[in-house]
Amino acid sequence: MSHEAALHNHEGHGHDDHGHHEHHDTFLTKYVFSQDHKMIAKQFLITGMVWAVLGGLMSVLFRLQLGYPDASFPWLESILGKWAKGGQITPEAYYALVTTHGTVLVFFVLTAGLSGTFANFLIPLQIGARDMASPFLNMLSYWFFFTASIVMLSSLFVETGPFSGGWTAYPPLSALHDASPGSKTGMDLWIIAMALFVVSSLLGGLNYIATILNMRTKGMSMTRLPLTIWALFFTAVLGVLSFPVLLSGMILLIFDRNFGTSFYLSDIYVNGVGALSNEGGSAILFQHLFWFLGHPEVYIILLPAMGMVSEIMSVNSRKPIFGYMAMLGSLFAIAILAFLVWAHHMFVTGLNPFLGSVFVLLTLLIAVPSAIKVFNWLTTLWRGNVRFTPAMLFAIGFVSLFISGGLTGIWLGNAALDIYLHDSYFVVAHFHIVMGVASMFGMFAGVYHWFPKMYGRYLNNSLGYIHFWITMAGAYLIFWPMHYQGLAGMPRRYFDFSIWESFKQFAELNRFISTIAMIVFATQILFLINFFYSIFKGRKVTVLNPWEANTLEWTTPIRPGHGNWPGEIPEVHRWPYDYGKDGHDFIPQTTPVGENETGTH
Amino acid sequence: MSLYLSVAIIVLIFVVIFQIAKASEYVSILKGEEASRQQNNKINGFLMVAFLVLGFVGIYVCNKVYYGKTQMAQGAASIQGEKVDEMLFVTLIITGIVFVITQVLLFWFAYKYQEDKNRKVFFFAHSTKLELIWTAIPAIALTVLVVFGLRNWFFFTGEPPKNAMVVEVTGKQFGWIFRYPGKDAIFGKKYYKNIDPATNSVGIIWDDKYAQDDILMEQTMYVVKGTPIKLILGSRDVIHDVGLTHFRLKMDAVPGIPTTMWFTPIYTTKEMREKTGNPNFSYEISCDQMCGNGHYSMKGIIEVVDQEEYDLWMAKQKPQYFTAFPEKDPSSVPVAAKVDSTTKATTAKM
Repeated sequence: MSHEAALHNHEGHGHDDHGHHEHHDTFLTKYVFSQDHKMIAKQFLITGMVWAVLGGLMSVLFRLQLGYPDASFPWLESILGKWAKGGQITPEAYYALVTTHGTVLVFFVLTAGLSGTFANFLIPLQIGARDMASPFLNMLSYWFFFTASIVMLSSLFVETGPFSGGWTAYPPLSALHDASPGSKTGMDLWIIAMALFVVSSLLGGLNYIATILNMRTKGMSMTRLPLTIWALFFTAVLGVLSFPVLLSGMILLIFDRNFGTSFYLSDIYVNGVGALSNEGGSAILFQHLFWFLGHPEVYIILLPAMGMVSEIMSVNSRKPIFGYMAMLGSLFAIAILAFLVWAHHMFVTGLNPFLGSVFVLLTLLIAVPSAIKVFNWLTTLWRGNVRFTPAMLFAIGFVSLFISGGLTGIWLGNAALDIYLHDSYFVVAHFHIVMGVASMFGMFAGVYHWFPKMYGRYLNNSLGYIHFWITMAGAYLIFWPMHYQGLAGMPRRYFDFSIWESFKQFAELNRFISTIAMIVFATQILFLINFFYSIFKGRKVTVLNPWEANTLEWTTPIRPGHGNWPGEIPEVHRWPYDYGKDGHDFIPQTTPVGENETGTH
Repeated sequence: MSLYLSVAIIVLIFVVIFQIAKASEYVSILKGEEASRQQNNKINGFLMVAFLVLGFVGIYVCNKVYYGKTQMAQGAASIQGEKVDEMLFVTLIITGIVFVITQVLLFWFAYKYQEDKNRKVFFFAHSTKLELIWTAIPAIALTVLVVFGLRNWFFFTGEPPKNAMVVEVTGKQFGWIFRYPGKDAIFGKKYYKNIDPATNSVGIIWDDKYAQDDILMEQTMYVVKGTPIKLILGSRDVIHDVGLTHFRLKMDAVPGIPTTMWFTPIYTTKEMREKTGNPNFSYEISCDQMCGNGHYSMKGIIEVVDQEEYDLWMAKQKPQYFTAFPEKDPSSVPVAAKVDSTTKATTAKM
């Protein structure tokens, strides 16, 4: 470790209790119950990656069924046992896979894995803080997530199977033990895992907000924050305000399931059981509670990716992000609107048509801040000096996917079209592109960009390029044709289409999509190999600031210890986007404003 | 065996790619960071343009191959559906223009402005004028779409014409039950605790005077071409959804909360068979809300016929009341009794 190199950047090494203090860390306190935000970030990242592999593998399995509904794969039976009798996935297993894939990817990978990793890693480093406001709560946040993961994982091994009613868990299907085998013990474990997850997310979120508001270094005013931090701030606010609503919905569901209440149940006759005594509840109530989280959740997933893409684009275009205040304003607008559009998931539930029309208006309004962001990213590229690092490629890929998926949102947000396209493959294509793959691209961009800071080594560039181009092409090959399936009315969550005269014409296309999905999944394994190999054997980082970026994290030593800066925390004198200004390629935030400098942003 | 073989091949491919990537890293170190970055920029810049061009070719091919298989090619089968299709095309054109412009700019800028030592970047941090322009344009385009959309939305969800025929649809795991109000055109009251899967699948209260001529059917529903049909939707167990792809509508069937939808079919099933050239064509009702393990097989059929055929069919239907209480059937007491005894006999044999 070259602390000396770092110290050249600062004048004087004022005595700081944290900086020079040597911790005597044991293995347990350094790698397991660590309170260092950087280690916690890595824990979130690697747990998220484990879940991403599991969730991805699940999608490969159910794509196998969709692509080859008549074929039998004996090896499936040896992996899945009774869930793939005779080598063919059963409907129960199919629905369990679809449900777990959705839950895991949305919550465990793209929420915990994405904002858990980068909020933890970047907030203290980019605002100039030694650690989070409460490192202990931060540690708890990870361990609640870990416990949630274990409970969710254990639900896969229950005899009646994991929950299989879709990741949205609509009652009565999720509330009635006898409505589906997956609604028995599997559902109880699912709810417990989700409740633990909410706790984890709240502990994390409160910490992020407190840290950003209180612990910025000298000179780091709110409008000098990198856009990553702004995005992570709004993400945390969304999470803190909306996750409790989901928790309340879940608690009512537990009561309905186990204690005989009727919050969501009324007028029900279950085959083989008879009429239930529950009366007076509303099944739609749960959907309101769920989507009050569920829609902000989409932005909880998307905003961190947007923030990182803004930062990475600016650095690699060697040009300031265009319209910093507009970017910030649009983030704010998206965050507010996120709370006012939840019922667009419910246009066809029998919602009052007038209420529906209000939600149409508010939903389509989101396109305005989204358009501002896209045009600002484009203008950031314009007349820049673009360096195609793998991180930059993924950032460009993100923008492309965000455009493609965002535009179909305009279709679905219009109730009169949703009444046709709702719950079809059009929706599957839309949200996978705009939320799933796009955010995944944001996450990859972040990993490629900050890996040198995380581990003091580089990822292999060529593998990064191969990873990007195959994934990018694959994402479009998989999801673009799904729009056509949606326009044929093909419903999502169907185990088999062969009995449907209206939908069976896509058998060949389904096979094609499944094949591409497998290739793309294999390519992600390539990324994992690159990731873990490079942690130990990658090319070493030898300069403090490999990307020649302005933000504070690059003023720390190559392998920063707990406390981040060995000396005093640097002071900030300018915004983070002075690239190409007055003939300088870049001017770090720590550089004081020169006398002859032209006006700041 | 083939599994092990394919795993071995995949591992081999990984090893090869990995070794090449490793080697190229050493080469780039030898070349120097600057030179290898320039080379990477060139390759990726070219790939950006190639991706853009191939992407558009791909979109063209995809459209050519699959457009014919969508509902758009086939045309809508209800007046509501025609409005949906019209709106789909308007939305497609507006979003399509934005799509082409933004994607072309994105990949073109990436290619055009790849790193060049001689270019001085343009320090351009913001421009209120530009930002106002691209706030206003989307806002105007969206206003058009919202106005257009809401006009249709209120038409779809509004009251059906007075002459509408009313049918009640009840979803259950995993099938559909249809109830016609009978001659009096009024549904009898129902209560879910009266449900008896054999004779009273929706829980009709038989004491209600309007109930005794109600007709129940399973799986297939008959409606008349050109007559508006109002559906009253409900569910017996979990949430289902009546998906009418060809009529371009869908609505959830929720236990305890009745919902409604209406549409006017414009082609009979027979006419549609000729129109699509598919002798097996039928108007399928698909369940579009996850409802359990049989979700994918929850199919219903709507037969659209003309008035004459409908009347003939309707004349043959017997009120459910007489199935529940065969002894009260005035028209055919002895026949009903006979049928009853034969059923009993076969049941006994089984």
